[in-house]
Amino acid sequence: MEKRIRVLVAKPGLDGHDRGAKVVARALRDAGFEVIYTGLRQTPEQIVEAALQEDVNVVALSLLSGAHNHLFPRVVEMCKQKGMDDVLIVGGGVIPDADIPGLKAAGVAAVFTPGTPTSNIAEFIKANVK
Amino acid sequence: MNIVAEVLAGSKRAVARAITAVENEYDEAAGIIKQLYPHTGKAHVIGITGSPGTGKSTLTDKLAKEYRRLGKTVGIIAIDPTSPFSGGAILGDRIRMNELTLDEGVFIRSMGTRGSLGGLSRKTAEAVKIMDASGKDIIFIETVGVGQSEVDVIKAADTTIVVLVPGLGDDIQAIKAGILEIADIFAINKADRDGVERLNTEIEMMLDLNQAMVDWRPPVKRTVASKGEGITELIAAVGDHVDHLHQSGHLTVRRTERTRNELLALLDEQIGRYVLKNITSGGQFDALVASVQNREQDPYSVVANLLRQMLR
Repeated sequence: MEKRIRVLVAKPGLDGHDRGAKVVARALRDAGFEVIYTGLRQTPEQIVEAALQEDVNVVALSLLSGAHNHLFPRVVEMCKQKGMDDVLIVGGGVIPDADIPGLKAAGVAAVFTPGTPTSNIAEFIKANVK
Repeated sequence: MNIVAEVLAGSKRAVARAITAVENEYDEAAGIIKQLYPHTGKAHVIGITGSPGTGKSTLTDKLAKEYRRLGKTVGIIAIDPTSPFSGGAILGDRIRMNELTLDEGVFIRSMGTRGSLGGLSRKTAEAVKIMDASGKDIIFIETVGVGQSEVDVIKAADTTIVVLVPGLGDDIQAIKAGILEIADIFAINKADRDGVERLNTEIEMMLDLNQAMVDWRPPVKRTVASKGEGITELIAAVGDHVDHLHQSGHLTVRRTERTRNELLALLDEQIGRYVLKNITSGGQFDALVASVQNREQDPYSVVANLLRQMLR
């Protein structure tokens, strides 16, 4: 059996809107991925622990609250602490262009902002998953 | 430390990796299970099954918390359907179990069915073994939302809880033959809704007609999982069933049957793989297909000849 890409789609922090995360989850399912969705208002600790137990290849973070500069790097950092260096971490949501270089420097592999075709996300993951 | 030693030491990351290895059928998978096998057979495995939307995940979450309160460690395998078209899946059972994520004594793994049709994933039994060897006392298998005949859970579980909800009207008729028969315990969830008395009576009436249950009559328990009501009673019923399994000798009977089925399934799988690799891959097989297609030979004779060659 071929390896199947497993993705955790997670909503960190205090943000009650998951329409976008659900659309992305559905698109990734249709791209043939196994998508674990854990629901709203997750702490970075919960996200990283779920990613560890599910042994995912990718953590996809969705955030609309503006706290991305704090929460995304925190998830990257905690993954590293747990030895999960091989997990690809991507982010999406309402994220100002000016913040994207900083997030990438912090270890977020890609940031997908509103208007991104969902197929781009699936292709990026396929091309970059370890 | 290698992965087997780490699983035995209870490392969550090792357990997670081992499950991935068996699920993806990596080369090391067989070796992992071989070495873990002597350390399995200690956990009590509870199957939670029922139609979609009956509250299986919420009930599992509440049962797991109660077992934790009682000092037990818990493993959960939560299964959701894989798309037959894309091969992808949305595994969403964890949404109801987020409070368990950071509990050191709990391990949750979501699995897609990956083509399995019986309500479980293809490698559920192996995932159970890995969690068992890692020291979990109680292991839940939460099936996909089932219809009438997805009853594989009884092959993997020691105690099977069938979850029903009131207000689905004649649905009870539909399950009479299928999942009714596999229940060791019935849980009527969402029991604060109208129709609970009627459903309860209907189940009891069906149980009255069942002649096979000479020494264990499945108890019917009412729960409101979202409010945590009826959970201790349900766990008490599981405890009664465990006692019954031990006293009656049924645990040994069930586990012997399970071992037999596992050996048969493994044999079947390996023979199938051998056939794919050695028989159907060459051009000779295509020639045989053509000869059957052209009515030069019949399928039974061709297969009989192939078998003779294979077993020589």
